Amino acid sequence: MPAPRHSNQRQGLRWLVRAFSILSCLALWQFASWAHLNLGALTFRNVPPPTEVVEAAVVLFKSPKLLAHIGSSLARVFAGYGGAAAVGIGFGFAIGRSRTASDLLLPPLELLRPIPAVAWIPLSILIFTSSELSMIFITFVGALFPIILNTVHGVINVDRRLLDSARSLGGTRLAILWEIVLPGAAPSIVTGLAIGMGTSWFCLVTAEMISGQFGIGYYTWEAYTLQNYADIIVGMLVIGLMGMGSSWLLTTLGKVLMPWRRPAVTR
Amino acid sequence: MSADGAAAGNGRGGRIHVNNVLIALGEGESAFQAVSGLDFAVEPGELLCLLGPSGCGKSTLLGALAGHQIVTGGTITVDGEPIDGPSPDRGIVFQQHTLFPWKKVRHNVAFGPKMRGVKRAERLHAADQILELVGLSGFKSFYPSQLSGGMQQRVEIARVLINHPRVLLMDEPFSALDAQTRSRMQEVLLDIWTKIPTTTVFVTHDIDEALFLADRIIVMSARPGRVIEDLNLPFARPRRPDLVTEPEFVRLKRHVMNLLRHFGEAAVTT
Repeated sequence: MPAPRHSNQRQGLRWLVRAFSILSCLALWQFASWAHLNLGALTFRNVPPPTEVVEAAVVLFKSPKLLAHIGSSLARVFAGYGGAAAVGIGFGFAIGRSRTASDLLLPPLELLRPIPAVAWIPLSILIFTSSELSMIFITFVGALFPIILNTVHGVINVDRRLLDSARSLGGTRLAILWEIVLPGAAPSIVTGLAIGMGTSWFCLVTAEMISGQFGIGYYTWEAYTLQNYADIIVGMLVIGLMGMGSSWLLTTLGKVLMPWRRPAVTR
Repeated sequence: MSADGAAAGNGRGGRIHVNNVLIALGEGESAFQAVSGLDFAVEPGELLCLLGPSGCGKSTLLGALAGHQIVTGGTITVDGEPIDGPSPDRGIVFQQHTLFPWKKVRHNVAFGPKMRGVKRAERLHAADQILELVGLSGFKSFYPSQLSGGMQQRVEIARVLINHPRVLLMDEPFSALDAQTRSRMQEVLLDIWTKIPTTTVFVTHDIDEALFLADRIIVMSARPGRVIEDLNLPFARPRRPDLVTEPEFVRLKRHVMNLLRHFGEAAVTT
């Protein structure tokens, strides 16, 4: 059914307002940089204007450095986050399904959980022989807890009646785990994975700023130390884009893996 | 039903014996007897309704028949074998929302055969056949959430009957449906039950429903649930919807209402 025309017009108007909002922010920024706006506690003296940032971005996007930086960041996230996903979902299942596993695994995890992953940086540099491994570890720790906790939550909250039904229909323990508990907990697991992805990027960028050689966090920090101020903002934007991309990936994955969550037709 | 032969497979279903059954629930000070001193048998192929006020323990008893609930005293046997945990031999249909939301209708129905290790093509074929029987051929590849409440209950029944159970247990399966759908579903159930005769224990608090469906009604008192009347119904089958207006139906309804008013302290809704 086509929407009424006035609602279409209103939609168009709303998009116009949104575009205007973004453009005014850019304009304010441009003005503040151009005028070296100084508000006492806050100064734009060293902040490059958007035009310079765009120029720097073009330079970076043309150079091979970009791929190297993004590549090493992605490799770290892939290793650390991937490990956290595997361990987190595995532990989450064990804790959620078995009292013994819960008593065995949960106490140390509960003790470690309040420590922010970033606080692990100095110790992990001491523990791991390569800075590469220590950065991967920080990324791992950052993602681990949200994934474990959400998996446990999902596993525990699978509807009892579904489990009873499955048992009544002849489901074995293992089959119930695979056919009922896993899909039943899937929405919660995906939520955990999404939160974990956010913290994972956050931790990675921080770790790279401290001990990196390559990577997008390192690039951003290097730009600061070398006083390439426009590159700082380019780095920030790239970090933002990669975060956006990975959360889009997860949302899409969730939709593909859980088609029953948004069926096309309803009776 | 054609080649599948669910009906031919195991005759008319199992014989249930409930011997002096006591079920206590809760622990410590909050412990109470849900049912006590229950003693009755259900004949093969019989459709028995357990009728009683809310909280009379009829669902608890059904849970014990299904094998989800442990009996505190006495024994329950099906064809002489004591009940030892859940089994596809005793299929149970709950009030609502126990279809697996992530499985399409035919895969929900094919779940039992899949657990038995039946090959994919074979079990999907069996599922399609039984879905045809319950009148849902066109909805095989829908997700449960895309179906109406009545359709979902048909899938539930199909999912249980595909296992050729000796006993079909139904725990207020239609009570969440609107009045019209409910009476339509009662006819559907009788139709299926005629095609696949199975010993059926149907729990309800709805007097009309019990009188319309059952060969026999066991009326239970309020907690702790006991048998207050064991009533054989004289109505011929197939049952017609206008049965509910016949004098004998109305007479029995009045009789059961009086019983429940006497022995069931909780209000009974019809």
